[in-house]
Amino acid sequence: MKISETWLRTYVNPAVTTDELVAQLTMAGLEVDSVEPAAAVFSGVVVGEVIDMEKHPDADKLRVCRVNVGEAEPLQIVCGAANVRVGLKIPAALCGAVLPQDFKIKKSKLRGVESFGMLCSEKELGLAADANGLMELADDAPVGVDIRDYLSLNDSIIEVDLTPNRADCLSVEGIAREVAVLNEMDWTATQFDNSAVAHAESLTVSVNAPEACPRYLGRLIKGVNPQAETPLWMQERLRRSGVRSLGAVVDVTNYVLIELGQPLHAFDAAKLSGGITVRYAQADEELALLNGQTIKLDTESLVIADDNQALALAGVMGGSESAVSDSTSDIFLECAFFTPQTIAGKARSFGLHTDSSHRFERGVDFTLQARAIERATQLIVDIAGGSVGAITEVTTEATLPNRDAVLLRKQRLEKTLGIAIADERVVSIFQRLGLAVETLADGWKVKPTGFRFDIAIEADLIEEIARIVGYNNLPNSSLLMRSSLGLATESVLELDRVKDLFVDRGYQEAITYSFVDEDIQQTIAPNDEVVRLKNPISADMAVMRTTLWCGLIKAALHNTNRQQNRVRLFETGLRFVQRDGETQQEKMLAGLALGSAYTEQWGEKTRKVDFFDVKADVEALFGLTGCEVQFVPAEQTALHPYQTAEIRNKDGQSIGWLGMLHPNLEKQLGFDSQVFLFELAQDLVLNKTPAKFKSLSKYPSVRRDLALLVNDDITANQLIDCIKNSNEPMLQDVVVFDIYRGKGVAEGCKSVALSITLQNDVQTLTDSEIDAIVSTLLDTLTQKTGAKLRD
Amino acid sequence: MSTSLDELLAQALQALATATDLMQLDAVRVHYLGKKGLFTDQMKELGKLDPEQRRTVGQVINQAKDRLQSELEAKKTALESAALSARLASERIDVTLAGRGQAVAGLHPVTTTLRRINKIFASVGFNVVEGPEIEDDYHNFEALNIPAHHPARAMHDTFYFDAHRVLRTHTSPVQIRVMESETPPLKVIAPGRVYRCDSDITHTPMFHQVEGFLVDTDVSFADLKGVVYEFLRAFFEKDIQVRFRPSYFPFTEPSAEVDIECVMCGGEGCRVCSHTGWLEVMGCGMIHPEVFKSVGIDSEQYSGFAFGMGVERLAMLRYGINDLRLFFENDLKFLQQFN
Repeated sequence: MKISETWLRTYVNPAVTTDELVAQLTMAGLEVDSVEPAAAVFSGVVVGEVIDMEKHPDADKLRVCRVNVGEAEPLQIVCGAANVRVGLKIPAALCGAVLPQDFKIKKSKLRGVESFGMLCSEKELGLAADANGLMELADDAPVGVDIRDYLSLNDSIIEVDLTPNRADCLSVEGIAREVAVLNEMDWTATQFDNSAVAHAESLTVSVNAPEACPRYLGRLIKGVNPQAETPLWMQERLRRSGVRSLGAVVDVTNYVLIELGQPLHAFDAAKLSGGITVRYAQADEELALLNGQTIKLDTESLVIADDNQALALAGVMGGSESAVSDSTSDIFLECAFFTPQTIAGKARSFGLHTDSSHRFERGVDFTLQARAIERATQLIVDIAGGSVGAITEVTTEATLPNRDAVLLRKQRLEKTLGIAIADERVVSIFQRLGLAVETLADGWKVKPTGFRFDIAIEADLIEEIARIVGYNNLPNSSLLMRSSLGLATESVLELDRVKDLFVDRGYQEAITYSFVDEDIQQTIAPNDEVVRLKNPISADMAVMRTTLWCGLIKAALHNTNRQQNRVRLFETGLRFVQRDGETQQEKMLAGLALGSAYTEQWGEKTRKVDFFDVKADVEALFGLTGCEVQFVPAEQTALHPYQTAEIRNKDGQSIGWLGMLHPNLEKQLGFDSQVFLFELAQDLVLNKTPAKFKSLSKYPSVRRDLALLVNDDITANQLIDCIKNSNEPMLQDVVVFDIYRGKGVAEGCKSVALSITLQNDVQTLTDSEIDAIVSTLLDTLTQKTGAKLRD
Repeated sequence: MSTSLDELLAQALQALATATDLMQLDAVRVHYLGKKGLFTDQMKELGKLDPEQRRTVGQVINQAKDRLQSELEAKKTALESAALSARLASERIDVTLAGRGQAVAGLHPVTTTLRRINKIFASVGFNVVEGPEIEDDYHNFEALNIPAHHPARAMHDTFYFDAHRVLRTHTSPVQIRVMESETPPLKVIAPGRVYRCDSDITHTPMFHQVEGFLVDTDVSFADLKGVVYEFLRAFFEKDIQVRFRPSYFPFTEPSAEVDIECVMCGGEGCRVCSHTGWLEVMGCGMIHPEVFKSVGIDSEQYSGFAFGMGVERLAMLRYGINDLRLFFENDLKFLQQFN
């Protein structure tokens, strides 16, 4: 909310500078977003009066004016504005004046006629973005007075960003009350005289929804002047609050809204038929709003209606049909209290947000309506005349908000804030805030007023005390509390360690959006059922990723499109899959590598990264957990059919994938080199087996190498498993150290070189024992895999 | 006799001088001092002499042999040393060339920042807890004292899946989840991704928050202030100015926004701090009694505080990053600056 500082100071004027005032507000929880001057910098402009005028001899559109600027002699000023006329009072810039943007006014000649100044428009004074002719001042404007003083332009516009709980400060009066508390000044709200009732006409008011509208006041004002001009002072105050002048009656309702915080609405009485009813809309009832939008109402929408139709969306916006126009002479003025629950969310559900809905949904003082309608009446009559009718009021006391007294325990206050606050201080703060306070033996009983919707429990009162005392005047204490020792588990590998591993192996950590482009998602994982956002921010962030590959691929492309020909990325985070009607959120770890295996370097021949490079990185992780896993040849839609491994744990459970991006996708996605991907389920891979000591053998180990001829489709794993599963107690290790195809090996076969390490814990193995073991192992291999010893 | 011995020695020394490597040197040794060497022959000749002569001649021969032997040793040492020098010279490398192998990469600056935050709080016993990112309306809003249609919901630009499920708009639901399942005392921080339906130069639809909370008997606002103040000093490694401003969050009361003196201008006023000298870095407050009620903790017996901070914002301030959107483009040129 924006307010004029000068206006604020007419209520309460503490001896503090603008900066100090602004700091006070911010530090009391009324955060000031900005402070802007009410007008651009200019000087040397006074109120002038055109006392005489004649046509310029050599220019059709120019007039040569004599302007009284309060000096002994009138000034001759040449003016081209269409609205210049004798008797008009205008801002006159004298010679030596400096207008906004450092525009200096000097004596000049216009088509041969001397001009000693300039008559100004609002635009030229920086008061409006554009203007149509000279700025017309009131007839009683004092000639010769500096225009900055006359319009009180030496003012600041303070914009306060109020939190939703502080509805009571959505008015100049509300902020004034706060300023008075902060400066310990006395202040009371202005009371307005009741207007004399001059006619007996009224509209009947029926409130069919008293729980939504506990109080409704209305009155007919007849014979207002539709052409009446809003006085400049009011226009200026409105302007400084960011409200455009729209005609006297609407201006008054807006003015009272800013002044007191009470939204009002004026209907054109001539356009109403019958009485006023406050009711819920019928299903599918339509309403054309003031902003040109026509909305379809529902049975939860509260409306103001006449006998025929809905006229306004209660507390949000009026309708266009019953709106006040420049031909309206009889108005029906509405001043009501709608409950926050009724208005909350209503405006938003129609895509609306108005000054009125903003206040009602946060809470308008339910004791304010009588005062506000009198204030508005008084202003309308002052500006546009009219004859005032009696107020029709429908109040349902039982539905007005409760204001139960709240108990504040002294001991609780001290315990919460960590400091004792003097009793007198507490009482004084509550009193100045306008809360009725009663002192009890061990605390206080505080009764909130109509304008405070945020005081219902003890904590609310503690906050008020803390806020006014000032958070920075409250103590800081050092953390003193019970502690228990932390855990240092060895059964799960910490994710941080895994991240460090991949970082150390040259993978840069990426963080990509959890929602992805559905096209990429479909391309990578066409078989996954996705979780879809109802209100995505854009089409390329519409579905939740079912694999981290979507984001990594996008990030890799971002980089390859920027001349990076080597990319290694990893990411950790959730994937979201819909499975059996449930949304699963699973922690994953994924990586991507493309380009050369190593950064370009002098000592190594450049070669592309391949499956086994990336496999080594993944295996390094299992090296950390000590868990046995298997890489099983498998197929995955996104990956190369013959360069893909499903990673399984000891129990055969799938824990991840590793492979080359399918060449078709590689091309389709726009890569120009092979891409390797892996993805692992964190919960399944991070399980760690704590180390278990095994005594060291004192006897030497022996190694035997076997060159085996096997069919090409026998995997290295099959051979190794075959040996490991033999349960040979002397077996320490078995490693494949060479694969050979070609001369000497039949087509469709390969030679696999295995080394087997044997060791006995209690004695040195003899040659014959070794031979026996190797021979048994060979038999098993032959039996299970068809392997033959190569000659 | 002695003449020919002298000749023999001179001959041997001559041969020794011309030897250029260890092999030649060994050949010289064998030729003169070996089992069938010329000096050995000389010794064999001794048997033919009478004992008196034998002693004298023997001495002379031994002297010559010793002489040759020591010359041989000296020559050998010299040759070995020359050979080593030659080998070393041949093994000269350019030590300024780069090392081989895989270069180390780095963590994302958000991760680095999160780790520091976690570490600071872990040092006083806070546990790290994570929660789901697809969250239900109850945990994200209701239980945090934000009922449907509450104006505070408008501050949250929520992504919805259906009427009951949202992408969490903050990490505060973790507070609810922990308090539902555990009993005080509690000291928890909850880092993670959060989502708001908002995207412009200063907002990304996804970002990271760290929620922290502490529940125990006798926790006061002063404790909150103390913890926040110490944290910020630890995070920025500087005795930084901190101020607390009253604010509003439905799930805390009293609530505060925390400002630090602008780290860019030191509080002088600059573009980053909108010329106020202050930067808003976190929100916090005492846990609201309604929140305790929704998780069944007795607010008469226990009290607590909670705080929440934006990780990207802290990372930006810490590292001087000026564009929020860089965090999620994953441009290597950006990421590698934090390696």
